[in-house]
Amino acid sequence: MNNGKRSYFLITTTCFGIAFLYIPMILLVFYSFNKSRIVPVWGGFSTRWYGVLFESEEVWEAVGLSLKVATVNATFAMLLGTLAGLALVRFGRFRGRTLFSGMISAPLVMPEVITGLSLLLLFITLKEFIGWPDQRGFTTITIAHITFSMAYVAVIIQSRLTGMAQDLEEAAQDLGAKPFRVLTDITLPLLAPGMLAGWLLAFTLSLDDLIIASFVTGPGAVTLPILIYSRIRLGLRPDINALATIIILAVAIGVLLAAWIMFRQQKQRELELKMSEEV
Amino acid sequence: MGCFQFGGFDEMSESAERSLQGRLLHRLGYLLQRNWRSLVLFIPFFWLLLFFLAPFFIVLKISLAEAVIASPPFTPMIDWVDEGIMHIRVVIDNYAYLWEDDLYAKTYLNSLKIASISTILCLLVGYPMAYAIVRAKHTTKHVLLMLVILPFWTSFLLRVYAWMGLLADQGTINNLLIAIGVIDEPLRMLYTPFAVYVGIVYTYVPFMILPLYANMEKLDWTLLEAAADLGAKPMTTFFTVTLPMTFPGIIAGSLLVFIPATGEYVIPDLLGGGNVLMIGRILYNEFNANIDWPVASAVAIALLLLLVLPMMLYQHIQMKQNEAE
Repeated sequence: MNNGKRSYFLITTTCFGIAFLYIPMILLVFYSFNKSRIVPVWGGFSTRWYGVLFESEEVWEAVGLSLKVATVNATFAMLLGTLAGLALVRFGRFRGRTLFSGMISAPLVMPEVITGLSLLLLFITLKEFIGWPDQRGFTTITIAHITFSMAYVAVIIQSRLTGMAQDLEEAAQDLGAKPFRVLTDITLPLLAPGMLAGWLLAFTLSLDDLIIASFVTGPGAVTLPILIYSRIRLGLRPDINALATIIILAVAIGVLLAAWIMFRQQKQRELELKMSEEV
Repeated sequence: MGCFQFGGFDEMSESAERSLQGRLLHRLGYLLQRNWRSLVLFIPFFWLLLFFLAPFFIVLKISLAEAVIASPPFTPMIDWVDEGIMHIRVVIDNYAYLWEDDLYAKTYLNSLKIASISTILCLLVGYPMAYAIVRAKHTTKHVLLMLVILPFWTSFLLRVYAWMGLLADQGTINNLLIAIGVIDEPLRMLYTPFAVYVGIVYTYVPFMILPLYANMEKLDWTLLEAAADLGAKPMTTFFTVTLPMTFPGIIAGSLLVFIPATGEYVIPDLLGGGNVLMIGRILYNEFNANIDWPVASAVAIALLLLLVLPMMLYQHIQMKQNEAE
């Protein structure tokens, strides 16, 4: 920036923007250590709300269900999303391509209330005609989550594939590898980091979803967001602050770790590139 | 002896079965190798047809039915009156009801208004931030980008909850303002439209910043220097060079904020209370509290019609971008 005045403006807005994003979360963490029952009135330091949280069986059950849904969802969404991304980037034109690419990108912008309502009505209709799914809960939530998560994975895979140089694949083909062999031995290993990123994104999206899950769930299947929502609808609760603190901490550690690993890998690659250039 | 023979027979049939299985597996492997392309395409395609496209037709069908007290709580579209005589019943009353009842029209307009104003506010906050991130030095850039993405990975619900604590009558902001003597009575902020705007801007601003950043990063910034060298004032440069160049990013970011904000349910429910009517909330309540499935379906179809143009525009932009790459 050579223009001093404008850069001053930019620094200020960025600082305000970052503060705007982070102060509410910092306060959330701060008040989780509040002794008082009334959240925004400080009554001294205490960790009693963590105790209250850990004693609640409901919370543990909800965490268990949410993690189970998120894991199964992420795995299936990764597989289906990768297949969809491959088909869209490497298959050229095929019949139904417009419909397919429309269906794959629509869930990204579809309002959640519509997705949730339509999937619930599908499950109800299916039950009427073929008797499945006979009870709504884990299976229906997971299917609903896979349907929107795979779209995000497909977007990641698509951008990886378009950014990836095709020379290795072409070299393998020139050496006589059949297309299927090229896929399993060259393309998929190269795609692995993108697939991992997709898995993580699908996992988080599933953990975060309230609306679609509350439409397609049945009696007894309470995910963590559904539990949190039913508690905070009635007002502020210090044990939810404690839960928020744990979630924020877990996410921060996860993201920082991922960033560190990526940073290391990039450094390594740069080093290798430099060495190969020197040779 | 007999036993032995039987045993031998069993073994034989087993090995025959095994070789059959082996042949089948071999054949399957062969088929997979020959037809893997259609398989790669078929699995996600079938999944989406079943779990994404089919549900919309069901919603459309139910929106054309009448509500009844039964399970399921709506009339069937096709009745078999006698053998072979089909009776198709299509009711457009639900749409007529939406059209006539002021509440729905008002709610639709209010949702559009809240979503548009929030989009503009996100742009005002997000644009300078995206610009600052792009023009920052290498390390700072990565740190800032990380800071923008990080909240996206934490729970959306809890980020909305954080604002409940800030905006409540006994909340942090009111306590602070009373303590420093700016006000005597707490300001009413929670359960007002103001709270809804704050909540939407807070949770959606990363969706504005990231597309803007992606767009700005590819631009040729030497054009700005050229404009300055040719004597353009900073304001002129901004309006004639920067703004037009970043227009695709502005559109992509705005659509990513506007479309989901229109159908938002959680934020108006938790921060707006009963005072802020938004269409997502009406749909949710119509379905869960009133158990009027046909009207809820009609609301969903109407919302979809409202958003279909912006959604197609977004897809169009994405496709153009993919082709350009």
